[in-house]
Amino acid sequence: MEAIILQILNGLDKGSAYALIALGLTLIFGTLGVVNFAHGALFMIGAFCAVTLSRILTLSHTIVDDTQTDFLGNPLKVDVPYVMDWFGEATGSAIIDWAVPLSILFAIPVMIAIGVIMERGLIKHFYKRPHADQILVTFGLAIVLQEIIKYYYGANPIPTPAPAAFKGSFDFGAMLGFDPNIIIYPYWRIIYFAFAAVIIGAVFAFLQFTTFGMVVRAGMADRETVQLLGINIDRRFTLMFGIAAAVAGLAGVMYTPINSPNYHMGMDFLVLSFVVVVVGGMGSLPGAVAAGFLLGILESFASMREVLAVLPGLNQIIIYLVAIIILLTRPRGLMGRKGVMEE
Amino acid sequence: MSKTNLTRRGVLKTGAVAGAGFAAPTIFTAQSAAAFTNEPTGSSVTLGFNVPQTGPYADEGADELRAYELAVEHLNGGGDGGLMNTFSSKALQGNGILGKKVEYVTGDTQTKSDAARASARSMIEKDGAVMITGGSSSGVAVAVQALCQEAGVIFMAGLTHSNDTTGKDKKANGFRHFFNSYMSGAALAPILANNYGTDRKAYHLTADYNWGYTTEEAVRTSTEAMGWETVAAVKTPLTQTDFSSYIAPVLQSGADVLVLNHYGGNMVNSLTNAVQFGLRDKLVNNKNFEIVVPLYSRLMAKGAGANVKGIFGSTNWHWSLQDEGSKAFVKSFGTKYGFPPSQAAHTCYVQALLYADAVERAGSFNPCAVGEALKDFQFDGMGNGPTLYRGEDHQCFKDVLVVKGKENPTSEFDLLEIVEVTPVEQVTYDASIFGGELGSCNPGA
Repeated sequence: MEAIILQILNGLDKGSAYALIALGLTLIFGTLGVVNFAHGALFMIGAFCAVTLSRILTLSHTIVDDTQTDFLGNPLKVDVPYVMDWFGEATGSAIIDWAVPLSILFAIPVMIAIGVIMERGLIKHFYKRPHADQILVTFGLAIVLQEIIKYYYGANPIPTPAPAAFKGSFDFGAMLGFDPNIIIYPYWRIIYFAFAAVIIGAVFAFLQFTTFGMVVRAGMADRETVQLLGINIDRRFTLMFGIAAAVAGLAGVMYTPINSPNYHMGMDFLVLSFVVVVVGGMGSLPGAVAAGFLLGILESFASMREVLAVLPGLNQIIIYLVAIIILLTRPRGLMGRKGVMEE
Repeated sequence: MSKTNLTRRGVLKTGAVAGAGFAAPTIFTAQSAAAFTNEPTGSSVTLGFNVPQTGPYADEGADELRAYELAVEHLNGGGDGGLMNTFSSKALQGNGILGKKVEYVTGDTQTKSDAARASARSMIEKDGAVMITGGSSSGVAVAVQALCQEAGVIFMAGLTHSNDTTGKDKKANGFRHFFNSYMSGAALAPILANNYGTDRKAYHLTADYNWGYTTEEAVRTSTEAMGWETVAAVKTPLTQTDFSSYIAPVLQSGADVLVLNHYGGNMVNSLTNAVQFGLRDKLVNNKNFEIVVPLYSRLMAKGAGANVKGIFGSTNWHWSLQDEGSKAFVKSFGTKYGFPPSQAAHTCYVQALLYADAVERAGSFNPCAVGEALKDFQFDGMGNGPTLYRGEDHQCFKDVLVVKGKENPTSEFDLLEIVEVTPVEQVTYDASIFGGELGSCNPGA
């Protein structure tokens, strides 16, 4: 029982990341009809927004400490961040410590801008081209983006820790009456799940309860009719691309304390997120979210020692196995709509 | 009027045969008049540096390349001479190798066996490299070593830690300076027993590939001999990035030590996840829960950040060593590049000098003569204390460093501290235990 609860918890945070990326993918596909293989790169760029802000906050001047020496025996040069000079050591340290949460504010405008530039600058030229062309150009764009990041930040992972207040783990087991240390779960992963739930809720609320969202939904259902009503649907769809980029970027920002970001992290999520979208149903936002959590939890269960003892290697194929089964039994995915990607 | 027998079909057949002949690998054809593959005939000799320049180990590859460039500079008489000043052999004079100026070409392994073999083949066939060296992975090392054996050139391995490189996959043309999994286990176990006691229950997470298996086996064997119990050993996919589903059940197993048989990005992520789960804050079986990382590299420690603090592991070399060789190398590298060298840089630099020295002592670039000069060669002054290049398996035997993540680092390079220098006798083993056959040296041509 404890193992089951533990793997459900693990699946929730993994599923959160899948759901957020797949949500953005589905938004783009549903509005613009573009299969965006650069979406994983947007997740990665979001993570590097956190790295960038962290570096900005630790911009330093150098002082020489005569009491210590460096590796060549010279007096040690010590970097002192400007924020510590400006706000004092305690406040300066706290600002640096909270770099990841602060990066949310930094990442939103940056990611929206990147999304809009990407859509206006490149992707709009491929709307009327076959999906194969869209996949090729966005996949190429993803490679270019990750090579740019590698050029400036290197290939090595860059540690970007959570604030000290969120280090350690919560003992769910003790709360539920089990022995201590049996069901523990890191605080930051709880926050990640809650954050994902808020973002997903906000996107749905935005689409459901605002006039802008209503027009976008109408455009997703029948673009030509909306345009005939004199509404500039293209401009709204461009903004939706920016919002989808921001959702992926925020998923990346908050993911940095879970795994140190590196230039390749977007590719690691990309294929899985596409499977999530297909399983959820092309163009279905609730389907993407549901499939994200479902596959995250199943992946966690497949990694259990007891499962691997019976079915070795299941952890590496479970997602694809589930995708095959679902597509065989429900060809449009869990919540797919008729006519989407079927022409 | 003369009649020719040319037919369309005949021309096509002849063309195909001739084309196939021209397209055949020049490794096997071009040097037929020479005594050995890529025998240098001009005033220079070309070495091939095969390192990861793209992919996840690109930073490590960049450090290897810096070290090779420094070695070439020193071999040609430039700079301060580096380790040539402290090397016990005095065959190198700073006038190239056998009077020939050292030049080099580089290849990108991408840390993929196929790509590494292709780049090594290109350097041998197109650029005339007489020796191939470098790499950051055992899979790559084994693959390139086999290619060099076929091609008839010497392979001086870079960073490769699997027992197999000089064990079951050893080759007569291949040589390794870096230590291996067995040595890590043998060096670590006594330190772990001293610090954590002999009554411990270990849980292994092991990367699902060759290096992971040999490292798990080495650490298990060594720690079980000290009295530890292995409660579980779980294989993790090499492509895994989030290890939470593997780490969460560790405490349920009753284990009080987690051994992470991971390298590179796997290690950075698994250690970060383990620390996130608060494992090191837990008390299990009335003991503090501990984590062990059998193989450390500076770049991994940098990637994992503060999570490495207090965690034991092993390493081939560290820039804080105070012997004359290490100090000379750190000064030379640090002055040129502005930061201290990594263990990958050190082993690559040393391999380049060892090869050049062997050529000088052999008086020939012939790989068989060079191999003979390297076999059972004993040397000192290269940063690891007295070292033997054992003839039976072409593995270097030297002291091994046990290190620990530093509690209060002074810079991004000052992440590990040396806990103990394990004497070579403690990590020496019988060459036959890992099987394999060296075979005979292949000079190519």
